[in-house]
Amino acid sequence: MSCQHKNNSWAGFQFFGEMSASISHEIKNALATINETAGLLEDLTLLLEKGKPLEPERFKILAGRIMKQVQRADTIVKNMNRFAHSTDEPVKDVELGETLELMLTLSERFASMRGVKLEPKSPLGPIAITTIPFFLNHLLWLCVDFAMNAAGQGKTVGLLTEETENGPQIRFTRLEGLVGVRTDEFPTQREKTLLDALKAELKVNTEAGELILVLSGNISP
Amino acid sequence: MRVLLVDDEEELVSALAERLSIRGIEADWVTSGEDALKRIQSKTYDLALLDVKLPRMSGLKLKKLLQEKNAEMKFIFFTGHGSENNFKIGSAEAGAQYYLAKPVNIDLLVHKMNEIFNK
Repeated sequence: MSCQHKNNSWAGFQFFGEMSASISHEIKNALATINETAGLLEDLTLLLEKGKPLEPERFKILAGRIMKQVQRADTIVKNMNRFAHSTDEPVKDVELGETLELMLTLSERFASMRGVKLEPKSPLGPIAITTIPFFLNHLLWLCVDFAMNAAGQGKTVGLLTEETENGPQIRFTRLEGLVGVRTDEFPTQREKTLLDALKAELKVNTEAGELILVLSGNISP
Repeated sequence: MRVLLVDDEEELVSALAERLSIRGIEADWVTSGEDALKRIQSKTYDLALLDVKLPRMSGLKLKKLLQEKNAEMKFIFFTGHGSENNFKIGSAEAGAQYYLAKPVNIDLLVHKMNEIFNK
């Protein structure tokens, strides 16, 4: 196995690991909230048995919170499942808007940790492309990660998915920090390898504060 | 004993604070490091229970800032991190009195709190 091939494989594992760690962290938080809320219900029931007057509404609210957290955990697991299935087939037809939406959902915790808001705008209609789903997810994450850093804490990253004459593209907007980014810092070899594989191109418009990912509608030869 | 709980999971931290109050421990909660720093301006706490991964400001950084304001304050970290051993080592290095993995065992938490204050 060549050194380059090993590096590419490792980068893929790294991405899968980063996402899995974040997802499992979210599931743990949902479970921990269920644990505390159920524990509080038990505590209040014991107080009630000892004669402390308590409003039934309190129990109703806490039960509602548990149900909400179960829904939250279920959504997280569904997204994890969708993400895991991105490795099923090397090349597949996907809808670009849906793919971006999934990656943004998986990136939410990272955004929250950095105090950044992600604001996607849906495309006018579905944009179907033939691509390598796992590589596309990986590249989207790297672009989102870069965009969050370029926007800075307390800022919002705009994301526009659109069909253009040059092909389908995603524009990452409102990146005020792009001015300070050196051209040799991004894209790195990790992004370049994925861009090659996906027949895609990254354009940086420093003045407009935009990063544009132009994708191929069909990577099949 | 006065305790300040800091976690960005509001429903978790509010329920945990109420459970501690039921057990006779005065507990307040906030959902960010910034709010924790504001809160200690008006109230003194003996112990802070901090989530390691807080938005914008890590629990480790928050501990340092809280300790600068109150050198007597004790700390317990808690986390959703899967590797408890790595987390235990990290917490010890950061100077926390104890660490807990989520979901929290309330009896163990209260026991550790009492142990820290030799009750």
